[in-house]
Amino acid sequence: MGLETIFGKSWATSKMEYVINWARKFSFFDYPFVTACCGMEFMSTFASTYDIARFGAEFPRFSPRQADVLFVVGTVNQKLAPVLRMTYEQMVEPKWVLSFGACATSGGFYDNYAVVDGIDKIIPVDVYIPGCPPRPKAVLDALIKLQEHVQREKLIKGK
Amino acid sequence: MELTGIIKEKFEKSILSSSVFYDNETIVIRKEDVFDVIKFLKDEQSFDFLMDVTAVDYKGYPDRNDETRFEIVYNLFSYKNNKRLIIKTLVDEKDLTVNSITSLYHSADWHEREVYDMFGIKFINHPNLKRILMYDEFVGHPLRKDYPFKKRQPRINLRDVGKNEEEK
Repeated sequence: MGLETIFGKSWATSKMEYVINWARKFSFFDYPFVTACCGMEFMSTFASTYDIARFGAEFPRFSPRQADVLFVVGTVNQKLAPVLRMTYEQMVEPKWVLSFGACATSGGFYDNYAVVDGIDKIIPVDVYIPGCPPRPKAVLDALIKLQEHVQREKLIKGK
Repeated sequence: MELTGIIKEKFEKSILSSSVFYDNETIVIRKEDVFDVIKFLKDEQSFDFLMDVTAVDYKGYPDRNDETRFEIVYNLFSYKNNKRLIIKTLVDEKDLTVNSITSLYHSADWHEREVYDMFGIKFINHPNLKRILMYDEFVGHPLRKDYPFKKRQPRINLRDVGKNEEEK
């Protein structure tokens, strides 16, 4: 319709929002906050068999300041709660949180004095992955869900 | 039964009771004499390894009362003789103090701190008696039978999440 007809095939028009979200969703830099046995499945997901690099999220940054997706992998107890909140606050916008496994999502089978029942009591969460621990395929599914979520985001209104 | 006999010879008044379960001897000793007995076992019976120090809360048990509410359990092992020995002692609810054996076994340091953290039993002459697992702001001792099961003590202010409404 518009500019393509004037300038030929060397142009393409799109929405700014669409392009930025498209770029963001295929280059996640994740910060693994690994505390428990779910970490094994996390490593498996990142290794060559399941290969999370196919979705553009293969590069874990070990500083929250360089990351935009926080993977909370495993049990978070009350003693650790301030650390998790500080880690989240250190990340720059735009940022997303992925709750990995039953313990991070709801406390799992730990219904006791020491464990926070769900990290959503500490920080906002975008995607929850069920399972104890979740299969790598479930993690990849969650990552695709997160990509869809990112694609739908509005730039002007913020999150 | 041989170890019980040896200890009985030396500390006759200290032994409250003893039992054997498949060659595994258990001796219950008066609280005041625990340090001396373990020192004797280490120096003269070559019990060179302290495997564990832990405690049990017997609140509400029919054959127990406040004076015998807590029990501290020492698991000793001898590499030389390949022998195990369990030493127990009873702690009164009103006097929650025991002599520390950190000067005999360095491994007792963290074990005793854990017992202090979880049960509130104080160890006299311990070099650094403070909580080891829970945070310092934590009130109470969670492994006691009278610690409320549903009680939570968050370290930071938790967010309000909808699913928690019914619990309030």
